[in-house]
Amino acid sequence: MQTSTSWRSFRMAAWLGWLIESNWTDPFLFAIYSIVKPLSGAAILVIMYGIISGGNFNTPLFPYIYLGNAFYIYVGAVMTGVSWAVVDDREHYKTLKYMYIAPIYIPVYLLGRGVARFITGSIAVFITIVAGVLFLKVPLKLAEINWGLFLVTLILGVVMLALLGLLLAGVTLTVARHEGFIGEATAGALYIFSGAVFPLDVLPEWLRPIGYFMPTTYWLELLRRSLVGNVAQAFPTLSNFTNMEILGIMLGLSIFFGVISVQVFRYCDAIARERGLIDHTTNY
Amino acid sequence: MSNTLAIETQNLGRIYKLRGSKKETRKELIALQDVNLTVQRGELFGLLGPNGAGKTTLIKVLTTLLSPTSGWARVAGADVNREPDLVRPRINMVSGGESSGYGLLTVKENLWMFSQFYGAPSKEANERIEALLEMVGMKDRMHTKSSDLSTGLRQKMNIVRGFLTDPEVLFLDEPTLGLDVGASRDVRKFIIEWLKADRERTLLLTTHYMVEADELCDRVAIINKGKVLACDTPTALKQRLQKDVTFEIETSPLNGLTLPMMESQPEVKKAALTDIEDGARWKLSLVEESALARVFNLFAQKDIKVMNLNKRQPTLEDVFVDLVGRSMAEEESNEST
Repeated sequence: MQTSTSWRSFRMAAWLGWLIESNWTDPFLFAIYSIVKPLSGAAILVIMYGIISGGNFNTPLFPYIYLGNAFYIYVGAVMTGVSWAVVDDREHYKTLKYMYIAPIYIPVYLLGRGVARFITGSIAVFITIVAGVLFLKVPLKLAEINWGLFLVTLILGVVMLALLGLLLAGVTLTVARHEGFIGEATAGALYIFSGAVFPLDVLPEWLRPIGYFMPTTYWLELLRRSLVGNVAQAFPTLSNFTNMEILGIMLGLSIFFGVISVQVFRYCDAIARERGLIDHTTNY
Repeated sequence: MSNTLAIETQNLGRIYKLRGSKKETRKELIALQDVNLTVQRGELFGLLGPNGAGKTTLIKVLTTLLSPTSGWARVAGADVNREPDLVRPRINMVSGGESSGYGLLTVKENLWMFSQFYGAPSKEANERIEALLEMVGMKDRMHTKSSDLSTGLRQKMNIVRGFLTDPEVLFLDEPTLGLDVGASRDVRKFIIEWLKADRERTLLLTTHYMVEADELCDRVAIINKGKVLACDTPTALKQRLQKDVTFEIETSPLNGLTLPMMESQPEVKKAALTDIEDGARWKLSLVEESALARVFNLFAQKDIKVMNLNKRQPTLEDVFVDLVGRSMAEEESNEST
């Protein structure tokens, strides 16, 4: 019974999320949007890098930045995909209370709602990387990719991001300000401290421990290692660790943050019920 | 708890802490206070009260959306605060006056999705959706995106959503709020038919429409400022006032007869006077029906002709006025100032 409740919560939430994510316009426009959006994001970074480096795209730093930025799309997409469902259902559709009184698991439902953003995020990551390889000479060769490490890292990372999204969803439940600022602020902070677009060594020494405590730091490092191993090795940040050691650290931190996320969500859920915030709307 | 009870509350209370700009200014709002109610299985129970009386808060507590601050409540045999997972599969709720639903989904998709959350087999759910939409006259809008529906139709869709899962206990919070007369009538008819189909079904309805409560409910609790003031059948509630006999009398011009003069008559308990074209309208509560003869004598002495006479039956509005001292509209305007 529990399995079927979880499964139907997840399955229907994913179905709903996909319809919401893809149904806002006709398929052609949706396809154009899906291509243009990630390329625009990447273009901004490439232009900035080009100006700062004087057009030198042949250093290891460029693929480091480019790939970090590409995979960072998942951070925003998956994390905020889960937490945004609270705002979306409570404020826009006014259905959160009906979801709450339905015999489903709300955390699983919210995770399911994040699936659509994961799918659109995956398309964006793929397009960004293909564009990088085709037009910007990102040194990625299919034959040299460590596919096993890549897939394990990717899946583990997405699960970790979804659980962090649950933490944000819990916090979102308890606040009356309903914009997506919580997700954006968290994603922004992780962007700086996870070594997404620059190695952690660039940060002041006293700030680096924050980055070392973030599972996203190890996730991005492993993704780079699995795709372009030689690039990752050019930076000293985690060079003393083997792939398996980094995977172990990432797994440990993911479990740690996963447990924290579930507990925080439970706590916030109880607070929201206590304060009457489940169906609280601001009509912003 | 007896198995015959669908809802039971004991000293149920709910206090909201209102946040001010400083901690010192934090105030408390008592939304529910010592609410003791029992609703039998198969009953259509009404909560009647003005806006802000605590009706919606009570529904929120009973549907597990809000924790009580004191007392306890059981729905379908389970504690709403400690066993919400046992309560939820057995209930459903519809809130009136709001246009909830996923606008990008069609009516059928919206309804089908909710049926799946309750674990209904897809084929059965589709058949039931079609049957219910037929009953509310919306079958032709099944494939319309809900964002393209009028407010009334969207509300009807939500009402179908509530009934779709065939709950043991259904909570309808102002289901006809914002609907036109025809749509409201359809909804009331639909509610009655749904209850008739299975005597085990229980429905708790909140409304501030007296006629709706009178027409639909087996029993009514009158609630104001978070307190249940009375709870009985509409007939029994009205019979409380039956000992006073109320007449509405239209007369020719008053010829010097004044309201204080009428009120000073020993048989007259209450009197109200309104000017109308070519005369006056009296609303008189008399100690007994035979006192009407003495009122007529008074009119005769002043050479006032009686143009029209109606014996007025007490309504739930009268019951409310008797309990609170003000009409429901007055109470609402008083609360908002």
